[in-house]
Amino acid sequence: MNRETVISVRNLTKKFGGFTAVDNISFDVGKGEIFGFLGANGAGKTTAMRMLCGLSYPTSGTGTVAGFDITRKAEEIKRHIGYMSQKFSLYDQLTVRENLRLFSTVYGMSDAAIKSKTGEIFAQLGMENMADTLVRDIPVGWKQKLAFSAATMHDPDVVFLDEPTGGVDPVTRRKFWELIYRASSGGMTVFVTTHYLDEAEYCNRVLIMVDGCVRALDTPAALKERFGMQTMDEVFRIVAKDAGRAD
Amino acid sequence: MKSLMENQENAIEVKGLTKLYGKTVALDGISFDVPRGGLFGLIGPDGAGKSTLYRILTTLLRPDAGTAVVGGFDSVRDYRQIRASVGYMPERFSLYPDLTVNENLQFFASLFGVRVADNYDLIAPIFGQLARFPDRKAGALSGGMKQKLALGCALIHRPHILLLDEPTTGVDAVSRSEFWDMLATLKEKSITILVSTSYMDEAQRCDRIALIDRGKILDVNTPAKLSADLGENLYAASATDMYPLLLALRTMPGVKRCYTFGATLHVVAGAGFDARKTVDVLAASGLRDVRLFPVKGDIEDLFIKLAGDE
Amino acid sequence: MFRTMSIFTSLIKKETLHLLRDWRTLTVVLIMPVVLLLLFGFAISTEVNDIRVVAVVDRHTDVSRLIMERLRVNSYFTFKGEVPFNEVEGMLRRGETDAAVVLRTDGGEIRSQIITDASNTNMAQTSVAYIESVIGGGGDVPVITSTLYNPQLKSAYNFVPGIMGMIFILICAMMTSVSIVSEKETGTMDLLLVSPVRPRTIILGKLVPYFILSCIILSAMLLLSYTVLGLPFSASALNVVWITVLYITFALSLGMLVSTLVSTRVTALIVSGVLFMLPVVMLSGMIFPIENMPLPLQWLSCVIPARWYIAAVRTLMIQQLPASYVLQEVAILLCMTVGVLALAVRNFNSKGLFNNAEHP
Repeated sequence: MNRETVISVRNLTKKFGGFTAVDNISFDVGKGEIFGFLGANGAGKTTAMRMLCGLSYPTSGTGTVAGFDITRKAEEIKRHIGYMSQKFSLYDQLTVRENLRLFSTVYGMSDAAIKSKTGEIFAQLGMENMADTLVRDIPVGWKQKLAFSAATMHDPDVVFLDEPTGGVDPVTRRKFWELIYRASSGGMTVFVTTHYLDEAEYCNRVLIMVDGCVRALDTPAALKERFGMQTMDEVFRIVAKDAGRAD
Repeated sequence: MKSLMENQENAIEVKGLTKLYGKTVALDGISFDVPRGGLFGLIGPDGAGKSTLYRILTTLLRPDAGTAVVGGFDSVRDYRQIRASVGYMPERFSLYPDLTVNENLQFFASLFGVRVADNYDLIAPIFGQLARFPDRKAGALSGGMKQKLALGCALIHRPHILLLDEPTTGVDAVSRSEFWDMLATLKEKSITILVSTSYMDEAQRCDRIALIDRGKILDVNTPAKLSADLGENLYAASATDMYPLLLALRTMPGVKRCYTFGATLHVVAGAGFDARKTVDVLAASGLRDVRLFPVKGDIEDLFIKLAGDE
Repeated sequence: MFRTMSIFTSLIKKETLHLLRDWRTLTVVLIMPVVLLLLFGFAISTEVNDIRVVAVVDRHTDVSRLIMERLRVNSYFTFKGEVPFNEVEGMLRRGETDAAVVLRTDGGEIRSQIITDASNTNMAQTSVAYIESVIGGGGDVPVITSTLYNPQLKSAYNFVPGIMGMIFILICAMMTSVSIVSEKETGTMDLLLVSPVRPRTIILGKLVPYFILSCIILSAMLLLSYTVLGLPFSASALNVVWITVLYITFALSLGMLVSTLVSTRVTALIVSGVLFMLPVVMLSGMIFPIENMPLPLQWLSCVIPARWYIAAVRTLMIQQLPASYVLQEVAILLCMTVGVLALAVRNFNSKGLFNNAEHP
């Protein structure tokens, strides 16, 4: 895979007191890649992701995201990435249009750009008729697609998705993944964590973290072959089973 | 109380249960029975009405219409008896984070007027490693351990019926699998378990399941029977580039639905579908390594079918 | 019966653990009343000391000499001597004096004028009052002012009832409601309700620990008042205790009422903070005398229970009058308590079985 590198991490480590949350991890993610970031609860996924988003400084090690150093250019990084999580994504008390406007303003887009982009999103998602509905009144599936659109309005180089599909029905989950595919085929790098291991199959490559370390990193097909398993679910259980930290 | 239980064939009977929040219909006249001693799964996405159903069964909420009978007791009339005999684990972690593991356990035991020591045998297998940290604050436990403690607290009074609302949400695959192993152990002690989940793959671990979506029960049966009854002509498809394959398949003649399914795509074939011809056309369009073969569907396929029919 | 008692004990034990573990809040609640008391008692004082005063005298007489002598010896003044009239304004402007007394003799009769720097209104008013009393009306009949009940004019005494009026609203209404509502928010209330414990036992288990905490604080405050602040002790202290218990009951009912109405901690905090605490501070007469308020605010203050409580405690504690002098205040407080308690119980019962349940 000869892709241009968008995320590059070398020996990244984060310690909290005597506890090493992220332990010397290194990996690269290419442009347009869908990169699955898996691990049991407490494996260090969130800590690693926070460092990549410029929200937390590494204890040691280096990394660049979208060409910017994660320790020195954290503010630049924030301008070139998108972030969406299941827990927080949109403001319930604002309408769909107001939410999009808010996010694009946060990213410093011009009025003209906001207007054309908002129109584009409404057309793409087919939700023109919901533009002035409060977000709390629209169905979960729409909310999710809208949250993704809001996080990618400014055409970021990388979008970080933290368990974007938790608790969502199978139909909506699939529609969401189609958005991811589309973004990726347009050259956006997608960095995604999930507890649904069938979704790991959709990724170009998958990294499995165990106790703060990288335990496996490859394409789903190669991982299944290496462990002699049929599904990523089985692979994950083998790799993550002997985790000392989780429970 | 016990005799009533033993006379009942069903631990839970729900008939025409309806609950409205203003204009929103949370539950739309649902009916189902949970046989005694069974592990019954309530499968459906967030917002399907699962939590509302649990709140009615645990007597926290009054239905607008219909009845719910739990352990032989009516949820509205005999709510006090229900409260004494069911164990409930709500969706969110609902213990006291500033109390220790032991203090939480002691407290919940005292609410039911029992002693921890008398029923510890029931929860000891669940606790496992957790038993080593009796003095750790509940708030300082990891996700999986919190869940074990919550289950322990729900079991401390030896309930006949265990009501678990999305116990595995936000929990990783390994812990989820362990949790289902624990439920299997409890089932052997003839505790009736009603468990809800939004993970379709967990359906396979239940004796019987009800598929629920938008306040309605789509179907109730054993997981095997449900998958068998799918009644659709299903194919799995794969190619080197999956997304173009997905887009291409949707334009093919006879394709009713096409959706991602793990490492493959699932194609629901209707009249006029020709597998061989489809592969040829796809290959001719430039897709490499195209494969298409018949598969058996599972609960997730069924859910997609039923939810799509709405 | 035995079982209910043991459940009740464990509810109280649990609540006590919560309180003890949340040591920050506990420290604030225990230390704050003491600090407030000492702060108002010693540091913050509305008394005015060391008023710098100059005199302008056109002709010395016995009367003018007497007045200047009084200014010189009175500990509230620093007499800075005589100055010519045309210097007064300059001195006031440069802040070299706070006030000037101008004594003119007009046909054998002294006419006086007081000039003060009113940039600090409170201080100006007080100094005028002080100086007026020193000049004694200027005539042959000296005015004898005697201040009763609080002969040293110590403002600390006045603050004791005010601080008590505030602190019990804080502990009983705010902390109780926040504690109940936070259990609703985290979902533990559901677990309690789903257990065989009766809802009223759950609520009592919440109220009793805060009642005990309030009693501890009441004892501490009374002890401090009668020792450190040197309030004269009398039998009326006992009356203060039972009237405070009534007030605590009122505040607990208020806390319970709030917790039946709101469902998030933040709302509970805002409701008890803005709706209850603020009026106690502003309108109860704790800081601003009710008599000086505009009429509409005076009417408004009538519906604030702390006003009646503070008035009653002042009567009992500072004037040391028998209980029969506070019957009106007690009656009003009692009515308010019964009203709020009834409302709280009604609300609780109507949602009773399915308390806080109308959320999906």
